Formats: sequence, C-alpha cells, structure tokens
Amino acid sequence: MLLQYIPILVLSVIALGFAAAVLILTHVISPKVKDPVKLTVYESGLPPQMEARLRYPIRFFVVAMMFILFDVEVIFIYPWAVVYQQFLAYGSFIFWEMLLFIAVLFAGYLYLYKRGAFKWE
Amino acid sequence: MLEAILALIKIGVVVFLVILPLVMMLILAERRVSAFIQNRLGPNRVGWQGMMQPVADGLKFLFKEDVIPGHVDRFLYLIAPGIILFPALLTFAVVPFGDQLTTYIGHTLVTIRFQIADLNVGVLYIVAVASLGVYGLVIGGYSSNNKYSMLGGLRSSAQMISYELPLGLAIISVVMMSGSLRLQDIVVDQYEIWNVFRQPLGFIIFLVASFAETNRLPFDLPEAEQELVGGYHTEYSSMKFASFFLAEYINMITASALITTLFFGGWHVPFGILEAINLPVLWEQIIQILAFSLKTLFFLFFFIWVRWTLPRFRYDQLMNLGWKSMVPLGLLNIVLTAIGIAVF
Repeated sequence: MLLQYIPILVLSVIALGFAAAVLILTHVISPKVKDPVKLTVYESGLPPQMEARLRYPIRFFVVAMMFILFDVEVIFIYPWAVVYQQFLAYGSFIFWEMLLFIAVLFAGYLYLYKRGAFKWE
Repeated sequence: MLEAILALIKIGVVVFLVILPLVMMLILAERRVSAFIQNRLGPNRVGWQGMMQPVADGLKFLFKEDVIPGHVDRFLYLIAPGIILFPALLTFAVVPFGDQLTTYIGHTLVTIRFQIADLNVGVLYIVAVASLGVYGLVIGGYSSNNKYSMLGGLRSSAQMISYELPLGLAIISVVMMSGSLRLQDIVVDQYEIWNVFRQPLGFIIFLVASFAETNRLPFDLPEAEQELVGGYHTEYSSMKFASFFLAEYINMITASALITTLFFGGWHVPFGILEAINLPVLWEQIIQILAFSLKTLFFLFFFIWVRWTLPRFRYDQLMNLGWKSMVPLGLLNIVLTAIGIAVF
C-alpha cells in the first residue's frame, strides 16, 4: 500500500529542487551593491525604535490552544464520517453516538464562548 | 518501471506545463481583470494583449538585487520562502483532473490515472500538507525582525489556523456523502447530483474558509498594505519576495481545483452530455479534463472577481466570523447531513 506514495516522494524531491533552484539562482545572478543604509530595519523611513520581537497579545496564544483542542476533535470525526453510511444499515446507534460526541464538543465550545475566549477587541 | 515513468511525466506536465504557466497567466489576469473592473486598460503592451508581461516581470525579479538585511535571523530568513513554496507545490498531487484511460503502450496494457498520486487518504493528505504552509509565513515574519513582518506573521498564523477548523468540518460533510477519503471516489459519488446541491451550507463554509486559507481578499489581513506595509514579506526582495506570491497563486489554483472536485463534480460533465453523444474513449477523457479545467478556471476568475469587488474585513470581524459563525455552522452542517442521510 505504501507504493502509492512514491509519486508524492518524487514530487517532493522536485518541489524541493525547484524551491532551492529559484532561491539560489537569484542569489547568484543578482547584482550586489553594498550600502549600510540598505541593511537597516524598514520602519517607514524613521530610525528603528526597539527590537521587533516584543511581547505580543495573549490572544494569539489562546487561539492557538483552541485550535489544537478543536482540531483534534475534528480528526476524531473523520473515521466516523467514512463508515457512517455502511453502519447505518445496522441501526441508528452510530448516529446517536456521534450526536453525543458533538454535543459534548459543543458544550465545551459554549463554555469557551461564555468565558470570552472568542472576544477580540 | 512504466508506472514510474508515467508518474514522472504526469508530474512534469502538471507542475511545469500547467501550474507554473497558469500562475503567470493568473498574475496577468489579475491585473487585466482589475483594470477591467476599475474601467482602465491594464498592461497590454508586452506581447499580444500583454501576454508576455508576466515573463518580463519574472525576469526582472530574477535580476533584482537580493538584499539580506543585517538584522535578520539569517538561516530562518533564507529558508522561509522555500518552506512556503514546498507545500504549495505538493498539495495538488492528489487532485484528480480526469478519469482513467486503459490503453496499450507498446504491447503492455496500462491504466493511466489522471492524477499524480491516487491516495486512499487523499482528503486527509490535503488537509495535512496545506496546513504546513503556515510555517513559511510565521518563520518569514519572525525572522525578518521587523515590526510589520512580525505583526503580519502573527495575524496570518492566527487566521489560518482559525479557518482550518471550518475547512475540515465542511470536508467531513462531503466525506459522509461519499463514504470514502479518496478524491476519485468523491467525484464518482457526484455522478447523479453534484455536492453543491446536496451540501449548500457545506459549500459556503468551504468557500469562505478557502478564501481565508489562501489569504485572499476579503481576508488578506496578513498583508494589509495600508496598515502593515506588506506584512510578513516586508523585508524580502528579489525572487524571495516573488516566492511568497508564487505560493499564494499556486494555493489559489489548488483551492479552486478542490472546490471543483469536492462540490462541482470534478471532471464530471453535467446533464449526461457525454453519454448522449457517444464518443471514442480518448475523446471522452479529453472532454472530461476540459470540463475540470473550465470549472477550475471559473473559480480562479471568481477569486479575482471577489478581490476587486469586496472591501477588506477588520481583524476582529474576521476572527468573530471564524469562531462565532463558521465553527458552529460547520458542526450544525455535520448533524444535518447525518440526519439527512439517515432519513433518505
């Protein structure tokens, strides 16, 4: 079954080669004119103030955590979605099962909503 | 051995003769269509109707000075354009652009599948590889050590991971209809009726999410020129700068092809036209590939059309739409689909 991945492997080698070739080519053939001003930080023409990597809002961190939580749950639904039609022939258990799962997931979602995790001022 | 040669030919044709030239044409099309919408001419001097303009632009990018600013994290700065280009080129591999053709090459019977790799987990592969694109943006934004780049990188990462959830949820409802993760099976499942009619809500969610995933207007917050100068690619120049746009346009092509495959019947020709006129097998295949190309081209035009028609969202509106509307709608759509399949 792993044989079907061989074209992917070939394509990834080609893609890597292409990306590397483009970036190296421009590096080699482009002109180089040294100028110290050119190497400074771009800040709309003003002398740069402070480092760029300062502390950033905690919001972004919360979004990342919520993504991990929900994305894992979404992955759990995939196998269920594949076999849903086949298993429906053996009764409606598979339906109620996933309804319960989604209800629990949604309860978690409502909790986050109430705690203001989605509020973006 | 023959299989391997066929795979190589397919990769060569799809990547170097279709996708990359199409990207160039898209850049031209974007400028021409925007000119048309804004009632001006656009580039029409280089070659017939400006057809050679993208070639001229590409050459210019190659010969521009490749400035590496002194304050950047050198290693990350140099590999970021590569990291973003790599998954963009890889995603298209599982999209089927035609049925299969069984024919003799020499004396051996060969089945040619019009698809680079026929994976049985095709949909999962796309979700997995497409999400790797975030790394390129984040690393590009972080390594530049520039406030605009940093903000652009942060914004784009938050936006892309937020809209990946609705994207996944919309795909789940399609998978429920077909009962398979193979994209070829999903296309065959739509012979009677296209998924857009069975899954209208899923289609809308997928469309919105794919606009956000490709960083196109109305969701191009990561590169909002008026606020962030250029976003994550502010400090890049020459071909490195172009790589980010190359990746964006390749992602657009993949997104259009995916919308076609998942919701508009892929290479299926509607109204039973093919069955009615009875052509030789080879011609049938060619017409099916043409049908796929036409549908994809329409959605590419749609991407450009929307860009020059709608204004940009504000960042809080974007996040609210993603988390407060799209995620619950996606869950609702799954439940509705489950009920629909159980009843009918």
